[in-house]
Amino acid sequence: MALGSSPQTSIRPVERLPDAAAGDGRAAAAAAPALTVDARGLSLTFQTRDGEVQALANIDLQISDGDFVSLIGPSGCGKTTLLRIIADLERPTAGTILVNGVSPEQARLRRQYGYIFQAPALYPWRTIERNVMLPLEIMGYDARERRARMERYLKLVNLSGFERKFPWQLSGGMQQRASIARALSFDPALLLMDEPFGALDEIVRDHLNEQLLRLWDQTGKTVVFVTHSIPEAVFLSTKIVVMSPRPGRIIDVISSAFPRDRTLEIRETPEFLKIAQRVRAGLRSGHSYDE
Amino acid sequence: MTSSALALPQAMPRSGWLAERMPLFVVVAILLVLWYLAAVLMNASLVRDGFRRADTKYSFTDLIAGTMEAARPVVPAPHQVAINFFDSVFDYPPDSPRSLAYHSWVTLSATVVGFAIGALFGIGLAVLIVHLRTLEKSLLPWVIFSQMVPILAIAPIIIVVLGAVGIHGLLPKSVISAYLCFFPVTIGMVKGLTSPDPIQLDLMRTWSASRLQVFCKLRWPSSIPFLFASLKVSVTISLVGAIVAELPTGAQAGIGSRLLTGSYYGQTVQIWSALVAAAIIATVLIGLIDAVGRLTARRMGAAA
Amino acid sequence: MIARPQAMGFWLAAAGLLAAPALRLSDQAATGLADRPAVLASLTAAAVALALAPFWPKLSPAFGLAGTVLGCAITLDLLADNAVAGHARWGYWLPVLATWLAAALTLTRLAAVSALDRAGQWMRDLAIPLLFGAFLIYLWEVAVRGFGVPPVLMPAPTSTARRFVESLPILGDDFVQTFVRSVLSGYVIGCGAGFAVAIVAYRYEFLRRGLLPLGNFVSALPIVGIAPIMVMWFGFDWPSKAAVVAVMCFFPMLVNTLAGLAVASPMERDLMRSYAAQPAQTLLKLHLPSALPFIFNALKINSTLALIGAIVAEFFGTPLHGIGFRISIEVARMSLDMVWAEIALAALAGMAFYGIVALAERVTTSWHPSYRN
Repeated sequence: MALGSSPQTSIRPVERLPDAAAGDGRAAAAAAPALTVDARGLSLTFQTRDGEVQALANIDLQISDGDFVSLIGPSGCGKTTLLRIIADLERPTAGTILVNGVSPEQARLRRQYGYIFQAPALYPWRTIERNVMLPLEIMGYDARERRARMERYLKLVNLSGFERKFPWQLSGGMQQRASIARALSFDPALLLMDEPFGALDEIVRDHLNEQLLRLWDQTGKTVVFVTHSIPEAVFLSTKIVVMSPRPGRIIDVISSAFPRDRTLEIRETPEFLKIAQRVRAGLRSGHSYDE
Repeated sequence: MTSSALALPQAMPRSGWLAERMPLFVVVAILLVLWYLAAVLMNASLVRDGFRRADTKYSFTDLIAGTMEAARPVVPAPHQVAINFFDSVFDYPPDSPRSLAYHSWVTLSATVVGFAIGALFGIGLAVLIVHLRTLEKSLLPWVIFSQMVPILAIAPIIIVVLGAVGIHGLLPKSVISAYLCFFPVTIGMVKGLTSPDPIQLDLMRTWSASRLQVFCKLRWPSSIPFLFASLKVSVTISLVGAIVAELPTGAQAGIGSRLLTGSYYGQTVQIWSALVAAAIIATVLIGLIDAVGRLTARRMGAAA
Repeated sequence: MIARPQAMGFWLAAAGLLAAPALRLSDQAATGLADRPAVLASLTAAAVALALAPFWPKLSPAFGLAGTVLGCAITLDLLADNAVAGHARWGYWLPVLATWLAAALTLTRLAAVSALDRAGQWMRDLAIPLLFGAFLIYLWEVAVRGFGVPPVLMPAPTSTARRFVESLPILGDDFVQTFVRSVLSGYVIGCGAGFAVAIVAYRYEFLRRGLLPLGNFVSALPIVGIAPIMVMWFGFDWPSKAAVVAVMCFFPMLVNTLAGLAVASPMERDLMRSYAAQPAQTLLKLHLPSALPFIFNALKINSTLALIGAIVAEFFGTPLHGIGFRISIEVARMSLDMVWAEIALAALAGMAFYGIVALAERVTTSWHPSYRN
């Protein structure tokens, strides 16, 4: 495999499942749906004290509208870096990237995505409701709109009734759900999630995975999800991007077509295991399991 | 910034208020006993000489009693200090120069005015330093440097120069207090304003928040704990500054002047009373700031 | 090309330098700027350097520095003329203001320099505050001599420096009295006692719970006030000042050492327990090393407190030498240049003392996270 290039250099957009909302004229566009993220030849090289580090080398990736894409790989494979470039939190040193057809900076200024970190990052001095309303305050929504949106999204993540609580009064899983509500509050079409459930135990994580899937199904957003858990990636995604380190590159892109209303039980099915094996094979070939 | 630990209120039985404070009371009681012992031991030779000079016979109890009441003791007994303190505060009208309350008020007013000015300046400078890179690189190192050098030594110059220009009384002392307490506030606030996690700042960036929004919604609230910690430190420094400011020119009023006159005229007990007054002022000021700090923390959702 | 506002600033400064000869230099000078060809040439050179600065962003600090240094040199040199010093008018002050603007912009450009390796960053971060400080001293000198401020009110830095050099014997004597005798002995006694009591209190939980709040409380009090009492007990000479210093150093050391001894996590304590370690071994191998950062924190704080304590204690009265004594005497005599010289001495002593403690800290606790970048 050529270093730094993914096996499918031009990825055919996944065919959209015909759904009710795609009735009008959009059916004609179904053959070439909008690309939410279009990265070509993307590279990022860091200067550190010990020399140059190539965090990303020649990344080609296309993510379509409505996809749930997982980036999976060991530490140092560049998955978080790639997410941060999409979010305009880092600038690439080579290559091009378009988010919703414009530069990442433009997408950020137009508030087109919501970012969720590994830690809930809620403000300890604000109640849950005021935490969820924080981005709305910054973006200039009026008070009534803020309240309406806050209530709607807290309901969506099953935290109604906890509005007046402070973050320390909630468990880790609940805090993370609150931060998801916060990211959704201004209706971005794109959600960027950086190992959001990494700090939680497996039982809570399973529960939140189900909830996230339902949310994705209901809202039709595009999700880019960074994880280092193979079952989580295979369970959640329509497309799994396997990455490996030194330099950060894409080893494999796997499409998966589980039904949108799947439950945790599919994790024991043969199809699931086959995809998981393919992911693992990709990680091995990228020397992710070596010292 | 938020702990992701399971944070449900703990249902542990709490020990009583008294039980928690017991070691402190015992230690204080032991120290009081030691104090009395010291008074007896240190004043004994003084009292013995006094009896010898007056050619009176004295018993052991007379000696002990004498050490508790000596006019110019080496170590005044605790009750002596207490009596003198209450006398100096309550026996004179509050505006009389013989009243300890008057002197305490003079020092207290200089302390509070200086503290207010210094704290406001310190906060303002910290905000500027955090937002202007040039100031951060050119001025902040000097502010940090000032922590290593005895800047209190400049107090006499300020008093004298301002006096020569005709400014006396409260203002020069406040200037010194302000000057001394502005450094810890600046440093503390710079630490506080830059304390938010990088992920918090990243999050603000993803929402394209303006610098003013980041300041009002993130930096300022994060800096509140640092603010109160540094205010407590700086109010004590402000008090020291006000007292020291009264020394070089032999001021007529204030706790520093009481210390000076006490030492010139050998009035030991007066010195101790003045120190008690200073201790009370310090405790009250810190207690006030602490109370406001705790109230603010509770309103800002701190874990109870 | 650098940013618009900064470029405008550079050109404004250059214009200020060039416009100065048109204005009145001083009330009393026979010749104005226009009649001094050497000065005119230098002004023009400085103005040219400043005007060129905006065009090369990487070189702008160098151009700015050249213009600033020239401006400082010109204005300082003009003060040598007695007709200018004390009687300066706008022909003098305009170049000073222009130099000020140039200095501020140069520092801003320097602060914006990035993409340096670590050594370069370190040099830049050292250069900026030093240049800033040097410029402040320049302003002080120019203001005092240009306005003709009476030296009894505010001496110029140059006369302070001169007085410093002339009075080295006296300064040395004061240094020995205050620093070597009062500060060092008090510091050692106070820190040592605080450490010893902390070790004892660590052993006996009851004592610790009683002493810690007491120590915190006393640390907040104006302990310097006990100076007159110490004088009564130990006499006028340095032992009483050392006693004040010792008391001032005792409490921060006690509180910090106690905090440091308590910082080892339950995991580490359990490990020691699993080795059946004696209490003394646990103290020596676990608690003391982990307490070192806290102890050094107190040692650093105390180094400044000790110097302040000794100097202020001397304000209360002392035999005929000592930094605090000299300051109060010379202040009463209004010979402020000597006072500033003594303050400079105190500042140098404070810096050196703090620096030595910080160096010892680095050597013994280089493993601490605060040293990783």
